[in-house]
Amino acid sequence: MSLAERILNGEIRAAARLMRDIDDGIPSAVPELKRLYPHTGRAFIIGVTGPPGAGKSTLTDKLIEAYRSRGSRVAVVAIDPTSPFSGGAILGDRIRMNRHATDEGVFIRSLGTRGHLGGLSRSTNDIVTVFDAMGWDVVIVETVGVGQDEVDIVRTAHTSLVVMVPGLGDDIQAIKAGILEIGDLFVVNKADRPDADRAVRDLEMMLEMNHPEEGGWWPPVLKTVAQKNEGIAELVERIEAHRDHLRVSGRLTRFEENKSALRFEELLRDRLFRQVHERISEGGRLARTIRAIARRELDPYSAVEEVLSEHVHREG
Amino acid sequence: MTERKLRLLVAKPGLDGHDRGAKIVARAFRDAGFEVIYTGLRQTPEQIVNTAIQEDVDAVSLSILSGAHNTLFPRVIELLRAKGAGEMPVFGGGIIPEDDIPGLKAAGVKEIFTPGTSTEAINAWVKENIRPRA
Repeated sequence: MSLAERILNGEIRAAARLMRDIDDGIPSAVPELKRLYPHTGRAFIIGVTGPPGAGKSTLTDKLIEAYRSRGSRVAVVAIDPTSPFSGGAILGDRIRMNRHATDEGVFIRSLGTRGHLGGLSRSTNDIVTVFDAMGWDVVIVETVGVGQDEVDIVRTAHTSLVVMVPGLGDDIQAIKAGILEIGDLFVVNKADRPDADRAVRDLEMMLEMNHPEEGGWWPPVLKTVAQKNEGIAELVERIEAHRDHLRVSGRLTRFEENKSALRFEELLRDRLFRQVHERISEGGRLARTIRAIARRELDPYSAVEEVLSEHVHREG
Repeated sequence: MTERKLRLLVAKPGLDGHDRGAKIVARAFRDAGFEVIYTGLRQTPEQIVNTAIQEDVDAVSLSILSGAHNTLFPRVIELLRAKGAGEMPVFGGGIIPEDDIPGLKAAGVKEIFTPGTSTEAINAWVKENIRPRA
């Protein structure tokens, strides 16, 4: 039986193995993904992002609990940074969630970024595909700790939570571009700390400067103390309100179309590049070309045009 | 592009609350270029085995300082077998008397590292003995 069939039968081991193949870039993963794709589109995908130390993993742990108590089966993709020096990684998000490890209705997968920028790993979307096809109701994607510009999550998740902590103060002004533009909900976690209300006010003030279109969604700012389970019920309520909003407003269709377009473009880019790159690497042509460019015997623009005219049908 | 990266689980079963050793080993694995999933403290064998399967690791390593190694190692191996993952190698370390090591190896533990072992020695053993799965 193929991995895909076993996954559709609900086999955890098969899913875990395919995720590994995807993450390691093993070509045999592609036919399996082709088989799974028609079964996707049912899962509700929640993104959890924010700076390091904001409490993303603890909050994710509470969201698992809340959705489990509503009877949903919950999968988690938790991403931690890969060391740029050794290529190794310590994936420790599970530390905060592993009480769910014996719950059959929870599946947690940890991933390293493996050099990918944007807050996710290159494999994240395909791994969500596996969970979705397998019939998990809710998939929570926890990004690495992000700064300003790592906003890939917004294309992966239906509903994105940006988790902040009190005390960032004026920094909020500094980072108003980037992650603060992508939140569907903002969470001030660790709200039992001083300055929590100020953080909420700062965020609200900043959000008021954005103007959602007619009938659009106004991102709420919520307070939580994830460790004490405070504010979680309201958070889930608001997440569900956003989910309803997507459905009712027709934005869900637009989201799926955008996501599909990006996914298609990304794949096309990757595959084209790899194909051409492999061909010109053979026989040392790539190395010769690069040397010629370095010696100014050839300019890089002509070099690329030459390769393209040989290996891809001509532009325009 | 299609190179397997070694994935290892570092787990702390049982009741002892000392994870300095586990963290040092996890860090050494990371520096050797491995991907390490760290579970945190006080994990049951059931949690460890489910984690190993969900994460599709190439080996499970346990750090045990509580003296319960003769129970915990065989239990993890037994559960892995019961879940169809019996081929996953299990190794570990901690405060483990020399006299207990032959019994643990007979139970299926691949290697035991006792206090004082250098992280270089552990990494060298892993590189020699643990392969990313095909």
